[in-house]
Amino acid sequence: MYKILEKRQLNSQVTWMTLDAPFIARKVQPGQFVIIRIDEKGERIPLTVADFNREKGTVTIIFQAAGFTTKKLAQMNVGDSILDCVGPLGMPTEIDNPKKAIVVGGGVGCAIAYPQAKALHNMGVETTVIAGFRNKDIVILEEEMRNVSDNYFITTDDGSYGQKGFVTEVLKALLEKDNYDLVIAIGPIPMMKFVAKTTEPFGVRTIVSLNPIMIDGTGMCGGCRVSVGGEIKFACVDGPDFDGHKVDFDELMRRNSFYREEEAHACRLEESING
Amino acid sequence: MADMSPCKVKMPEQDPLVRNKNFKEVSLGYTPEMAVAEANRCLNCKNKPCVSGCPVNVQIPEFISLVAKGDFKAAYEKISETSSLPAVCGRVCPQESQCEGKCIRGIKGESVAIGRLERFVADYYMENFEKQIPQIAANGKKVAVIGAGPAGLTCAGDLAKLGYKVTIFEAFHTAGGVLVYGIPEFRLPKKIVAKEIDGLKKLGVEIMTDMVIGKVLSVDEIIDMGYEAVFIGSGAGLPMFMGIEGEGSVGVYSANEFLTRINLMKAYLDEYDTPIKKVNSVAVVGGGNVAMDAARCAKRLGAEHVYIIYRRSEEEMPARKEEVHHAKEEEIEFKLLCNPKRIIADENGYVKGIECIKMKLGEPDASGRCRPIEIENSEFILDVDSVIMSLGTSPNPLIRTTTPGVEANKRGCLIVDENMKTTKDGVYAGGDAVTGAATVILAMGAGKSAAAAIDEYLKKQ
Repeated sequence: MYKILEKRQLNSQVTWMTLDAPFIARKVQPGQFVIIRIDEKGERIPLTVADFNREKGTVTIIFQAAGFTTKKLAQMNVGDSILDCVGPLGMPTEIDNPKKAIVVGGGVGCAIAYPQAKALHNMGVETTVIAGFRNKDIVILEEEMRNVSDNYFITTDDGSYGQKGFVTEVLKALLEKDNYDLVIAIGPIPMMKFVAKTTEPFGVRTIVSLNPIMIDGTGMCGGCRVSVGGEIKFACVDGPDFDGHKVDFDELMRRNSFYREEEAHACRLEESING
Repeated sequence: MADMSPCKVKMPEQDPLVRNKNFKEVSLGYTPEMAVAEANRCLNCKNKPCVSGCPVNVQIPEFISLVAKGDFKAAYEKISETSSLPAVCGRVCPQESQCEGKCIRGIKGESVAIGRLERFVADYYMENFEKQIPQIAANGKKVAVIGAGPAGLTCAGDLAKLGYKVTIFEAFHTAGGVLVYGIPEFRLPKKIVAKEIDGLKKLGVEIMTDMVIGKVLSVDEIIDMGYEAVFIGSGAGLPMFMGIEGEGSVGVYSANEFLTRINLMKAYLDEYDTPIKKVNSVAVVGGGNVAMDAARCAKRLGAEHVYIIYRRSEEEMPARKEEVHHAKEEEIEFKLLCNPKRIIADENGYVKGIECIKMKLGEPDASGRCRPIEIENSEFILDVDSVIMSLGTSPNPLIRTTTPGVEANKRGCLIVDENMKTTKDGVYAGGDAVTGAATVILAMGAGKSAAAAIDEYLKKQ
């Protein structure tokens, strides 16, 4: 059993939660994820680890109440326990000494972008964060992101906060002005697709973090397979990070929508946000 | 004098057209009378050819003569001397190529139904007796077992009986490995697996679930925790795909995914949260037990047409004969000597068909089976809405890539010596992690050998 130690609503839909998971907390690195199962009849869903505390033995997850299980999880409270939490799974994000990096977060994807920005910032990398949201009401982690970045830009689709428009517009302007050697993009699939399209002409290495349908998270089911540079890759063991210039986003989008009719049983954070 | 009837006592079964709509067990098991009658067909051969066909060396004629006498409890105890999972083996072993394949009665007529008798004995015991927990003197030594599948469970059970303190680290939330995620309820009820695992816990075996070794802990860290030996029984879990056009379409599954949703996650039951798509017309590619399981599950989910697509003929199919027979009875349609060329998707990327080509058999290849050759211009299209790839599995690289000193061959299988020891001292391995995808009973045999070798090794420490 994994006890819920802290819980906060980041906005009406997004919950921040800290779990007691000492084994996972000892090992987890930015970019890795856990699979949780709430109870005996629950499904297994992947959630990227948003933060961790090795001393306290805790891991933080941030999720949007979008599907069946995330809605159920959002209703749980401090002191309650979930039955299973497996991890850390996937490969940590590979960051090889960039000098200047841009981290792009879309909606609740900011939850996953945050540990990346934090890691870069702590490595002494000049870190720019671009956070995009549909509107002002769903802005999350603004202060946290500001604390781990040298420059912070915020966009909203409707202009109710920050700059009106999409993250890609800010990104393009930055890339035209200056040289960057790394872009990390985490958010809805269309956002990641267009970030990758934006960076491609500039030849900037672009990492995206995928969160496809998954059951075991150890390479066993193959449900999470994605086409990357024409090869089949399993997001759970080969990823979840991939070269954004090589991912077949359209195929991923189709595969991720497979169970949507069964009710939003979806395991993904990102696809229901901004898109 | 033995009963010289040439045929096995028939096993009562659910009617095929009833059972292909439910997940209840297909075979209903012998009654005591049937078991005694079948046991009387055993000749009690002096040289016991059947035993030589059993990877765990069950004393077959001895247990069968106890069945013939009606002493089912003693028969169970006899099997238990060498087998830790009799209720499982009686159901899923490929008896026709093992014990029963060597049975003298099989020369003229049908062999003795050893598997059915083993199953009967195990079920009878479970229903009527409480398992006796032997008094075991603890020897104070700790052994770690990675993976709670057939190899790991067997190894753990044998070591616990020898006085070791055993901890099993299991990646899934439930112990059992392929017995719970792969083999369907209608072939192996999960309560039987749970009961066998309970028995191990009563022996003092500790099972830690949700522990993906290679991620949360490395083998070296386990050794640092005070475990004096480690057994790796992590199986062969990685599904293979064909690499053909359209495999990324929506509605293409690995058999692992399809079966895990159904068996482990119980997606076929309304009260469980894991979703499964309604399927109407399904192509299952492959000819092994896993392919039969996937096909029969698809039928039970309500599919009107379920096809098995296999590139060789029925003769070469690796599945147990009984499974093929049961699948046919359940109206699974066999498209033999056919191979998929591409998967066809509609404008939304959903599967709408599979293009296959007809095959003929050529000369035998390295596997000893005839090599299938394409017949030119024989392509045809099957209209299906789902494709399940059941082409085999390979070992998971998680452990070998995180354990310095443990070596694997080029297929990713761990290298072991004749004592199941890996290339690292104190670390043993067995089952599919070593052989690549094989059978439950071979994995159990390996777990057993490894337990004996670990005991030898630790006695010298």
